[in-house]
Amino acid sequence: MIRLEKRPQPSQAFSWATPLLAVLATMFFGGLLFAALGKDPVSSIITIFWEPLFGSNAFYYRPQLLIKGAPLVLIAIGLSLGFKAGIWNIGAEGQYIIGAIFGAAVGLAFYPAQSVFIFPLMILAGALGGWLWAMIPAVLKVKFGTNEILVSLMLVYVAEQFLASMALGVLKNPEGFGFPGSRNLQQYASAHNGELIAGSGMHWGVVAAFIAVIFAYVLLARHRLGFAIRVTGEAPRAAKFSGVNPTRLVLFCMGTSGLLAGLAGMFEVAGPAGQITIDFNVGYGFTAIIVAFLGRLHPIGILLAGGLMALTYIGGDIAQSQLGLPAAAIQVFQGMLLFFLLAFDLFTNYRLRFGHREVA
Amino acid sequence: MDLSSINPVLFVAGFLVAATPLIFAALGELVAEKSGVLNLGVEGMMIIGAICGFATAVETGSPLLGFAAAAVGGAALSLLFAFLTQITLANQVASGLALTLFGLGFSALLGQSYVGVKPPRLAEVNFGPLHDIPVLGPILFSHDIVLYFGFALVVVVWAVLKYTRAGLILRAVGESHDAAHALGFRVVRIRTLAIMFGGACAGLGGAYISLIRVPQWTEGMTAGVGWIALALVVFASWKPWRLLLGAYLFGGITQLQLNLQGAGVAIPVEYLAMSPYIITILVLVVLSADKSAAPASLGRTFHASS
Amino acid sequence: MKLSTLLASAALALGLAGGAYADAHGKTKVGFVFVGPVGDGGWTYEHNQGRLAVEKEFGDKVETVFVESVAEGPDSERVMTQMALDGADLIFTTSFGYMDPTINIAAKFPDVKFEHATGYKRADNVSTYSARFYEGRAIQGHIAGKMTKSNVIGYIGSFPIPEVIRGINSAYIHAKKVNPDVEFKIVWAYTWFDPAKEADAAKVLIEQGADVILQHTDSTAPQAAAQEAGNVITFGQASDMAQYAPMPRVSSIIDNWAPYYIARTKAVMDGTWTSTDTWDGIGAGMVGIGEITDAVPAEVKEEALALKASIADGSYHPFTGPLKKQDGSDFLAEGETADDGTLAGMNFYVEGITGDIPN
Repeated sequence: MIRLEKRPQPSQAFSWATPLLAVLATMFFGGLLFAALGKDPVSSIITIFWEPLFGSNAFYYRPQLLIKGAPLVLIAIGLSLGFKAGIWNIGAEGQYIIGAIFGAAVGLAFYPAQSVFIFPLMILAGALGGWLWAMIPAVLKVKFGTNEILVSLMLVYVAEQFLASMALGVLKNPEGFGFPGSRNLQQYASAHNGELIAGSGMHWGVVAAFIAVIFAYVLLARHRLGFAIRVTGEAPRAAKFSGVNPTRLVLFCMGTSGLLAGLAGMFEVAGPAGQITIDFNVGYGFTAIIVAFLGRLHPIGILLAGGLMALTYIGGDIAQSQLGLPAAAIQVFQGMLLFFLLAFDLFTNYRLRFGHREVA
Repeated sequence: MDLSSINPVLFVAGFLVAATPLIFAALGELVAEKSGVLNLGVEGMMIIGAICGFATAVETGSPLLGFAAAAVGGAALSLLFAFLTQITLANQVASGLALTLFGLGFSALLGQSYVGVKPPRLAEVNFGPLHDIPVLGPILFSHDIVLYFGFALVVVVWAVLKYTRAGLILRAVGESHDAAHALGFRVVRIRTLAIMFGGACAGLGGAYISLIRVPQWTEGMTAGVGWIALALVVFASWKPWRLLLGAYLFGGITQLQLNLQGAGVAIPVEYLAMSPYIITILVLVVLSADKSAAPASLGRTFHASS
Repeated sequence: MKLSTLLASAALALGLAGGAYADAHGKTKVGFVFVGPVGDGGWTYEHNQGRLAVEKEFGDKVETVFVESVAEGPDSERVMTQMALDGADLIFTTSFGYMDPTINIAAKFPDVKFEHATGYKRADNVSTYSARFYEGRAIQGHIAGKMTKSNVIGYIGSFPIPEVIRGINSAYIHAKKVNPDVEFKIVWAYTWFDPAKEADAAKVLIEQGADVILQHTDSTAPQAAAQEAGNVITFGQASDMAQYAPMPRVSSIIDNWAPYYIARTKAVMDGTWTSTDTWDGIGAGMVGIGEITDAVPAEVKEEALALKASIADGSYHPFTGPLKKQDGSDFLAEGETADDGTLAGMNFYVEGITGDIPN
């Protein structure tokens, strides 16, 4: 008889070892999948995990890891604060979209004026947009007790429709020959979130992601609010006794996650993406939820998890083109990775016991 | 503008069909959520059902066998979710999202050789003279057997939840797994069964899209129906009858906006497409007075020692 | 340490990449960036058929690579760069949304040739290409106008963009020409891909009296809806959709990229590639007209084939005056034909179509 016994403390050793075990297990089973598809399993795995980091073109892929990973980390950091406190914002995708629309709209409103104040204004607008969108489920939860998981999810679809309406209507490029999509902000110097050092992949969104990691780390480790978040998540009743104001906590956690998601959207639209289009959002808001959990809701863990997800995206695309693996196989591979990471996390908090259950 | 061109009878018959995949998927999710499990992998289970059903129907020539295979496929995938959340105690939100990612990819691999294939048709049920009744005939008696099965399933789930011991146990587990455990119920086993029921239903819903409503196989063809099903469960405040109503509302709004467009009414399509979601949020707010609606243990992990 | 390895690998890679540009390698490498999965049965599926045709044509002399379901934006830039770094000589980017990314990456790899589908921005090493699908729409319109008994023709649009509006106008002009009583009912699905919604749109149009369904979305869902309804005819879109012939599918517009892809690959091999703007139609074979089935009366079929021949040899342009815009203002004078610029950015209906273009 095997059974689980809860550890008094989460195991430090296992919290580091389980992600590695999960990656190894994914490599093994993913290799089997690739072999079943008639591809060389070893070279497939090497292509996905090794090429982007140490392959012959790594000088190009490493900066791309920053570009791909930054929005994931930025959003996931915000989400993790709420998740820790048991506040479930799963509508970051919508907040990301609204942040991008707000940011781009402010930038485009000034077109073609050049000023150093435009970009900071766009940052504010993007943050505001995401914050406002997240405040809807937050306020409804506080006022009426509605479930924030569902309201925030519903608002993603509202935001997607709004995006289509903007790309085809108000924000459409007047010089775009009637095609949908806004002007390209990359060609508008005052609004462009370009690379800070050419070829480094570093743009303001990457900087913001790193700042967010540090901010969250300090908040959780040192600040009273971080304490309130942790206590609320672990023991809601104890939190009440220790004077935590749940209303304020909901507003803070939802607001912060929305704000960071909005920022991520704004930095993306002003930088790597360049324009508002019908298909502007590519699922960062949902992937970030996974990143938050893979990172065990810990700021440093999220940073690493964001990097890992970015790696599988980039490596996956390389594997598609170099080895002819279908995109679907990469998706299954990523799904496996998540399953193993989630499943192996068990060993961090529990240990296996062999033998019969003692009579209580 | 020519509103007279909208035929109300066909309009109603149309949204009955459009609502059926939603009814299946949402009903399965409702049962899972009643047991306290939030499975965000509905979309993944639906698409697996869509391809399992499609492939089986094409290979055997029998759409009904296809539906059976879809239910099995959906349930099989949901077992993965059950393993993650019930045995390894992983977070349900993350596991569900991972399930959707996996399902979308895996279905595409399974379906590679089925693109462009035409599946066998499932005939309408022959109601004889009933079919010829004006108005009611085309609305009620001109559909395939699976649509009626979906309707019947709603009734069954409602009755089981309300009147049987099994339903009582399921709800007890969803309200307080610790109390249920103390009373000697096998929480993990009950939840696993509920998750599998959810998977089977989602699979049926997916197959309804690939075999009847569209019918064809293409990658990602469920195109977000699974997510709408999740909304629908909340909209229905976990009550089967309201779920039926909600499915018709969700299906109906799409039909309505297409009908209005066809009749030449200038409507802002994007804003009408938003409306079901906004209505759901409003319903949530209105329902919030009723604190008993949501299962109290929804989304929480259970371990006997904790 | 880290910095030095970075620089070293950069230098190494640049060296390798530089080597790749030279004629040292025997095979010509052709990359394809796809916006959807190759199994979508429509847009991307047909581009992939073009890729396979290139492989078949040149055999060992060519190597093709592709990445599917690439999001427009930074992901597409990365995939293009990766192909260029891996030594691609020619890269086809097959979605309008890849326009700015293609221009960006082409500037970084002046020795790699790029071909962007459906866009309007070019450079020394960037060509654009698109198909005159509206030519096929003219033939559909003609058949539809002749075949309809209810005089109601349903049209399923994706998004209200020039490409789709041009097709609606072309079909309408030619339907009206043979049947003055014809009426178009237009439904916008607001999606590129949602088979269930396309099926619904087709059903709604049929319920509202349409007995011909034209679609500018890629799935076969409307075909199946028409088949179930009985006396409704449809046309295949993007691919032939022959599995629905002879009824409801009576003909089709087929995206046939193979001749162009083969020609451009050949040009790279021969060193004759130059930046061009190609907008080919039926004549060049980029737009294929699927077999017109026996469900269409013989004389209508003959007329349709004659129309096809006159468009193919250039003696007839589907947008020939006199034509007015929907608001009654003049569009084309007697005998005047629309220039490509007007066609490319078309954002108005021609006279006779009811309803407004949503925006």
